[in-house]
Amino acid sequence: MNVNQHTPMASPYGQPQPGYGQPGYAPLDGGYPAPYAPYNGPASAYQPGAPQQGPARGPPASGAPPVSAPQPYNQYSQSQGDMQNGPPLMTQAPPRPAVSQPYNHGAVNLPGPQPSFPQHYGPPPSMQQVTNQMTGMQIASGPPTPAGPGYAPPHSSQPPVSNAYSAAPPPSYTHAPPPVSSAPTQPPPPSGPAPSQQYYGGPPPPSQQQFNSSLPPTSQQQFTSPAPPPSSQQSFPPTSYSGPVPPPSQAPAPQVSQPQQPFPPTQPPFSSAPPPVSQPAFVSGPPPPAQGSFPPRAPPPSSQPGSFPPPGPPPTSLPSGQYTGPMPPQQQPPPTQPSPYHSGPPPPGSQMPPTSMAQSNHLPPGPQGPPGPPGPLQQHPPQPGMPGGFPPQQNGAFGQVRGPQPGYAGPYPGQPNYGAPAPAPAPAPPAQKRLDPDAIPSPIQVIEDDKAKSTEPFTTGVRGQAPPLVTTNFQVKDQGNASPRFVRCTAYNMPCTADMAKQSQVPLAAVIKPLATLPQDESPPYLVDHGEGGPIRCNRCKAYMCPYMQFIEGGRRFQCGFCSCVTEVPPHYFQHLDHTGKRVDCYDRPELSLGSYEFLATVDYCKNNKLPQPPAFIFLIDVSYNAVKSGMVNIVCQELKTLLDYLPRENPEMDSMVRVGFVTYNKVLHFYNVKASLAQPQMLVVSDVSDMFVPLLDGFLVNVNESRLVIESLLDQIPEMFADTRETETVFGPVIQAGLEALKAADCAGKLFVFHTSLPIAEAPGKLKNREDKKLIGTDKEKSLFQPQVGFYNTLAKECVAQGCCVDLFLFPNQYVDVATLGVVPVSTGGSVYKYTYFQAQTDKERFLNDLRRDVQKLVGFDAVMRVRTSTGIRATDFFGSFFMSNTTDVELAGLDCDKAITVEFKHDDKLSEETGALMQCAVLYTSCSGQRRLRVHNMAVNCCSQLADLYRNCETDTIINFFSKYAFRGILSNPTKAVRDTLVNQCAQILACYRKNCASPSSAGQLILPECMKLLPVYLNCVLKSDVLLPGADVSLDDRAYLRQLISCMDVAESHVFFYPRLLPLTKLESGSLPVAVRDSEERLSKGGVYILETGLHLFLWVGASVQQELLLNIFGTPSFSQIDPNMTSLPVLDNPFSERLREIIDSFRAQRSRYMKLMVVKQEDRTELIFRHFLVEDKSASGGASYVDFLCHMHKEIRQLLS
Amino acid sequence: MATYQEFIQQNEDRDGVRFSWNLWPSSRLEATRLVVPVSCLFTPLKERPDLPPVQYEPVLCSRANCKAVLNPLCQVDFRAKIWACNFCFQRNPFPPSYAGISEVNQPAELMPQFSTIEYIVQRGPPTPLIFLYVVDTCLEEEDLQALKESLQMSLSLLPPNALVGLITFGRMVQVHELSCEGIAKSYVFRGTKDLSSKQIQEMLGLAKPAAAAAQQQGRPPVCLFLFRFLQPVHRVDMNLTDLLGELQRDPWPVPQGKRPLRSTGVALSVAVGLLEGTFPNTGARVMLFIGGPPTQGPGMVVGDELKTPIRSWHDIQKDNARHLKKATKYYEAMANRSAVNGHSIDIYACALDQTGLLEMKCLSNLTGGHIVMGDSFNTSLFKQTFQRVFSKDYNGDFRMAFGGVMEVKTSRELKVCGAIGPCVSLNSKGSCVSENEMGVGGTSQWKVCSLNPSTTLGMYFEVVNQHNAPVPQGGRGVVQFVTQYQHSSAQRRIRVTTIARNWADAQSQIQHIESSFDQEAAAVLMARLGVFRAESEEGPDVLRWLDRQLIRLVKTHLKSSFSSSRLHLQFMFHLRRSPFLQVFNNSPDESSYYRHHFVRQDLTQSLIMVQPILYSYSFHGPPEPVLLDSSSILPDRILLMDTFFQLVIFHGETIAQWRKAGYQEMAEYENFKQLLQAPLDDAQEILQTRFPMPRYIDTEHGGSQARFLLSKVNPSQTHNNLYAWGQETGAPILTDDVSLQVFMDHLKKLAVSSSA
Repeated sequence: MNVNQHTPMASPYGQPQPGYGQPGYAPLDGGYPAPYAPYNGPASAYQPGAPQQGPARGPPASGAPPVSAPQPYNQYSQSQGDMQNGPPLMTQAPPRPAVSQPYNHGAVNLPGPQPSFPQHYGPPPSMQQVTNQMTGMQIASGPPTPAGPGYAPPHSSQPPVSNAYSAAPPPSYTHAPPPVSSAPTQPPPPSGPAPSQQYYGGPPPPSQQQFNSSLPPTSQQQFTSPAPPPSSQQSFPPTSYSGPVPPPSQAPAPQVSQPQQPFPPTQPPFSSAPPPVSQPAFVSGPPPPAQGSFPPRAPPPSSQPGSFPPPGPPPTSLPSGQYTGPMPPQQQPPPTQPSPYHSGPPPPGSQMPPTSMAQSNHLPPGPQGPPGPPGPLQQHPPQPGMPGGFPPQQNGAFGQVRGPQPGYAGPYPGQPNYGAPAPAPAPAPPAQKRLDPDAIPSPIQVIEDDKAKSTEPFTTGVRGQAPPLVTTNFQVKDQGNASPRFVRCTAYNMPCTADMAKQSQVPLAAVIKPLATLPQDESPPYLVDHGEGGPIRCNRCKAYMCPYMQFIEGGRRFQCGFCSCVTEVPPHYFQHLDHTGKRVDCYDRPELSLGSYEFLATVDYCKNNKLPQPPAFIFLIDVSYNAVKSGMVNIVCQELKTLLDYLPRENPEMDSMVRVGFVTYNKVLHFYNVKASLAQPQMLVVSDVSDMFVPLLDGFLVNVNESRLVIESLLDQIPEMFADTRETETVFGPVIQAGLEALKAADCAGKLFVFHTSLPIAEAPGKLKNREDKKLIGTDKEKSLFQPQVGFYNTLAKECVAQGCCVDLFLFPNQYVDVATLGVVPVSTGGSVYKYTYFQAQTDKERFLNDLRRDVQKLVGFDAVMRVRTSTGIRATDFFGSFFMSNTTDVELAGLDCDKAITVEFKHDDKLSEETGALMQCAVLYTSCSGQRRLRVHNMAVNCCSQLADLYRNCETDTIINFFSKYAFRGILSNPTKAVRDTLVNQCAQILACYRKNCASPSSAGQLILPECMKLLPVYLNCVLKSDVLLPGADVSLDDRAYLRQLISCMDVAESHVFFYPRLLPLTKLESGSLPVAVRDSEERLSKGGVYILETGLHLFLWVGASVQQELLLNIFGTPSFSQIDPNMTSLPVLDNPFSERLREIIDSFRAQRSRYMKLMVVKQEDRTELIFRHFLVEDKSASGGASYVDFLCHMHKEIRQLLS
Repeated sequence: MATYQEFIQQNEDRDGVRFSWNLWPSSRLEATRLVVPVSCLFTPLKERPDLPPVQYEPVLCSRANCKAVLNPLCQVDFRAKIWACNFCFQRNPFPPSYAGISEVNQPAELMPQFSTIEYIVQRGPPTPLIFLYVVDTCLEEEDLQALKESLQMSLSLLPPNALVGLITFGRMVQVHELSCEGIAKSYVFRGTKDLSSKQIQEMLGLAKPAAAAAQQQGRPPVCLFLFRFLQPVHRVDMNLTDLLGELQRDPWPVPQGKRPLRSTGVALSVAVGLLEGTFPNTGARVMLFIGGPPTQGPGMVVGDELKTPIRSWHDIQKDNARHLKKATKYYEAMANRSAVNGHSIDIYACALDQTGLLEMKCLSNLTGGHIVMGDSFNTSLFKQTFQRVFSKDYNGDFRMAFGGVMEVKTSRELKVCGAIGPCVSLNSKGSCVSENEMGVGGTSQWKVCSLNPSTTLGMYFEVVNQHNAPVPQGGRGVVQFVTQYQHSSAQRRIRVTTIARNWADAQSQIQHIESSFDQEAAAVLMARLGVFRAESEEGPDVLRWLDRQLIRLVKTHLKSSFSSSRLHLQFMFHLRRSPFLQVFNNSPDESSYYRHHFVRQDLTQSLIMVQPILYSYSFHGPPEPVLLDSSSILPDRILLMDTFFQLVIFHGETIAQWRKAGYQEMAEYENFKQLLQAPLDDAQEILQTRFPMPRYIDTEHGGSQARFLLSKVNPSQTHNNLYAWGQETGAPILTDDVSLQVFMDHLKKLAVSSSA
């Protein structure tokens, strides 16, 4: 938000100017600010830009000016209107502003800088400015115009696109004809659509192509050529549009193309999208007209997309059509398109004029305009597509919008996901080409900005304040709300009413990590003992004593902040109040002054009213042929010998209270008696797997120190005993049952560590069969593959939870093991699943051992129950994570460790008040590793807002993505993956559309305007959509998907963030003390001469460029030759040079940050393994068909426009 | 001709046979009138140091349904080399190997003194003996320690090639694998789940490999893998000793007010299943050591709540024993399975309370196993008894044989009604099987899974000759017992005993028949019938049946030589009071225990059980046997009573006082010391040979343990007639039981008066 605001505020204007030099325009941009205006503004701004660039633009400019002018006002007004945004921003803004400023600078530098982040910033600023101004915040990149363009190009291509597309239009021409004619009518679209889709590839391509192809180029070229544009673009980019950027790249071509160049520049500025659109417009339309046309179109569309068919519809349809149309056209026409463009533009222009008024729409129109001509054609296609999508609505809204939708499919075709599968591919590339990736919102930039502004410790005392991003290192001071390390919310300003919440579609959720590990410099929650009576609680809602309790009547009673009930203060807890109504001892008591603390629970909080026994760890090791052969058994046994000294304990001085037990198994189970008094361990074989029981009690669970010799002897002998085994069949259900029974017999909670290799096919309960069927993937039956194969494990999980038996599963499969089924128990019991496919002792040992060590040693609570209480008005309705729920409110966790996060979704059940805000209290009752029963309480208060803008200003995209991913990954259990993907896209589009509609300053519909806080939403969402779970590549096994699915379910925000958007660091220069600035996850960012490290939280790659300097190689690998690097190495050689030392230090620090050990994989450029590596370059198009960032952004834009129209 | 006494004795010594009648009435009608059936006590493996086994196969009658063995009673045509079967009269040629036969060169089986002969035959490979210990670990620490020591000791008594196995149980059942080195391995079964034999074998990993291995290796039917649980003693001696040494008490906690959970039923099931799977039809002993009743799973006898006491006779009579029927059925089924495979089951139960022998008795009764009951494993009673299981004969072989199959063949006039003893029917119907069943009948073959030299079966016959078809003068009835068994040296042997008795016409030769009456044998045989009935009928019914038999007997013989059966009647009197028929004062377990031993011991021991022997020691003369009568209890006597199960030394009132005064310590009363020592020495002698070890009781007048004596003696003096009898001698018994005198008088009266 801040950024946006800032940007908008000062920089925009100022900056814009720098950027485009069309500062003047900038003002215009300023005008844009107005939500609609913004767009327009941007457009106009762009236009201005355009003008600047070329005479042609001039016209537009002129045209624009008017618009802009108004816009400015609007902006202002908006900004004011947006005040919410603005103001808040302001407040918060401070930090951002800074950023924005940089942007400005960047902007200034833009041209040069572009490559570098600064550039981005720079560009963004401009863009942002525009957008910001316009939108108020969005990425708007606003430059709405730009946005428009930006979006347009890719996606939206919408009108803008179309415009831009005029190029498209041209194609559309081809198509157009139909579209046009038909355009009005949607029918055409249908026909079109198909093509479009294909084209899609085309369409997007169109846009892209345009870039790529002459057309795009044209447009781009325009942009590009307009080198200037770049700058402008850059400015835009900042905002968000990559469009601009692309142009530059493509620029060459475009340039070639022509006069447009001038336009292009402008366009670029606009944001890629705009560029296209605007460009076209510009180009053709002289732009002005175009713009004008845009508006016109918009109107038409809006008014009656259909009705207007010709103009309007076209537009609308155009968008889509454009996509489609454009694409196709582009593909083919592209070249021609350019011409069409020209021609096209005019038409649009003509159209435009009509609508002229819709300057705001301008952009859209623009697009449309362009589309118009081409649009028709395209539109038609789009329309068809549209129909499917939102034809009607869109129509209603703006033809353009529709256009987008259709386009969607098309544009995004790249993303088959979207619907327009085929097209996608093609489009994607084009799109990329078109849009300048530097011009679209950059995650890296956002992360770096946040780091830069988070210098002060974050204090939790201020309600409704969003914490720094998870990627930022910051210190937290608990002043009454839980630290963001424990609780992160999607929104820190909750809408007051359910209607608002519904309108915005922003999920209201909190990601809670109750036992999170805190950094050294933050003290763990204090332990509070309220004596025999147990913790003080509200009489009615049972909320625990917390800072939200209001003491009244001189301290004799307190009023609950959650339910307002008044409760007597027990005598022993009484304390006088001071003159402010606070208890005198307020700051002496953690429960009155802190957000997180622990209560010592009394016997009333224990199972069976009996204080719990210390927990036990049971190690269950598969000793079938595969397990022995892979070396797993040997490694585990060796490791356990030392690992047992590191069992979790609360007091480092004391021995751990945790007892241990050992079981091995294949088709039958072997228990071991390791009683201290024995000279040798004894093995007890249980073959009755159909009815599992524990053969011994005494001697099975033992204290490590007492039985050390026997245990060591046992661990020495296990590998020997089974060295010659020929048993290949295993059981699984009985194994867990065995552990469960053992814990039952010992009457304690505990954790099972199961080391398992293969599908359990032996005759026993829980027997499974191989059901991996690639043919089901992509069908409606796919979901069944994620569901457990048999109901047995669900029942078993329930029993485990009842006993407090947590299961951690280590899998070493050589083939399908049905993770979806085997993982049921671990997931339901708060355990973890680790998977080491094709485990080989040599290469995977380190990873496995480190995971095991961490898993054994980490702080863990048992037999936990979590309850989230909220103040009146909201309610926790849904929970995501590794746990079991037997009713709707209690989250039962057999085990809860420091890495597990639970995502809680809230819904309104009443109105909230801005004064009191919304409170939530998360209480976790658990048994600590020393057997103490405790209650950990986290309190969180957030603001409530009656203005949507506040909501958008105080939300956290990373958390939203965390929620979305969990929501979606659970959704695939019951819905086809495609439906899940569509839902996600839809919801995001609604979120952004809502913002656009309600918070952003008026601007051209063609402009993509993103809330500052959510400007990364598209890129992250795209990463989620492209994940292996939702969009598997051919080589992704079902097990892998199920595994990832389960993994995500309990990730916290930091983990999910890096998982979806991996961290990629260039290693050319390393300084001690700070990490190099990351680069974006795109192949384009990799330099042949560089070395990069990429981490995802699960994987760690070291990418070595083909022409890397010898010195670097020597420093890292100790070899001067690229070819001599061993691609199989899993750890770097220890070399005595600062570079190597620092690199290894970095790697170690990465590993230390993650809950799972990341195996290092060295990837040489051009090597086969690079394919795997590329999979994680999430901004690029993925091999499995996932859209590139640029494409997706365009698609998103189209969707939004569709919603708006 | 010698007296019948001598004849009987001679026959017993030679053939191990005691017939109730040594002259047989020649018709069914007459035989029925005799009341006591033609029957015999047969000790198949009676020790015959003078009988060298022959090393060839017996010659069998070629008639398919006869197959009698060539014996001294056969008519032989030496010239034609033909012999006539004396059962079916089939004429059979001698086999080629008998070519050299002649009147002067007769094979052993034709010589009259070899009416009992033993053949050693080559049938299949010799299989080692198998001992499978099934050990309860729910014992007190001391008991378990003692038991462990006994078991370790027993290893040294086993032949090196014998296979041993170990199963322990408590709440769970553990089958210990003996082959592995390093870690001690065991397979565990849940104590509450009834598993089929197949399941058990699968779970032990015996199922498939067995078949596969057997096919592959062909020859050695016993494959190596089978040795996982059963290992030759010489290989695992050390291992097993250590294993036993490390045995822990069942580790599962026993809450207050509960019995430990003891899975005896499943443990046995696993043991039987294991042997079934690995060594079917091979001699094996399952030795079960229990310290309490089964409390869970199949075969459970009592719940684990201490507040519910284990069933008593009272409960059983009121049909209030919840688990009785189910458990009995379970153990019976298991006993039958085990018997089919030739495995016998011993039960060593040492506990102060009952252990469920009532339910489990069939395990031993049907398979020829031992039952030993004691108070604790930490007593010499158990220790020595257990040691005696492994006693050896003059050849250094164990006094035990396995897998015996006894077949009875009779001549035409006679049919076999059944057998009473530690055997099961093999359901072999034949021409010599009577429809009238007595004991285990309906067959001519019985399986006796485990035999020892004293194992004695009661065989009951029926004369089927019709009254109008007299037996030719001088005709003899013939009975042949063919017993195949596995000798403890692993040889297969066949012992053939052929017995002939003369027929007599009851009308004309009734005196002869009566004089051939063997009162002792008849008493024991009737007692066995009574006990057999008591197993299935209510106590009073059995007594009534016995009484009717007696009345009929008395009536029939009253005229002639009633006196000759006086001894018999006296036995009957004591039998009526014995724990075999009376359950009063005995727990169900004790009754089962006594009956178990009664139906398998030889005649002498059986008589001691029925009518204990009482010796009197005094300064008046050498020790003398005295009447088992209250009148024998005198102040200046020391009494030694042997009831088979108990050895009671009773010091008379005066003697006791002297002893208390310490006279025996004084040199001048050396004779008193000797007097005190004399019964001890005699008791020691008895203890040395008796199996199972009797309970040794040293008591005195007025001592609490004197009840053992008082309950046995004939209550000729009671508090009721004390003064009537005057101050004669002896001690009055506080009882309402009738005395022998009253019993006899009453019997006479009934015999005369009633028309029954």
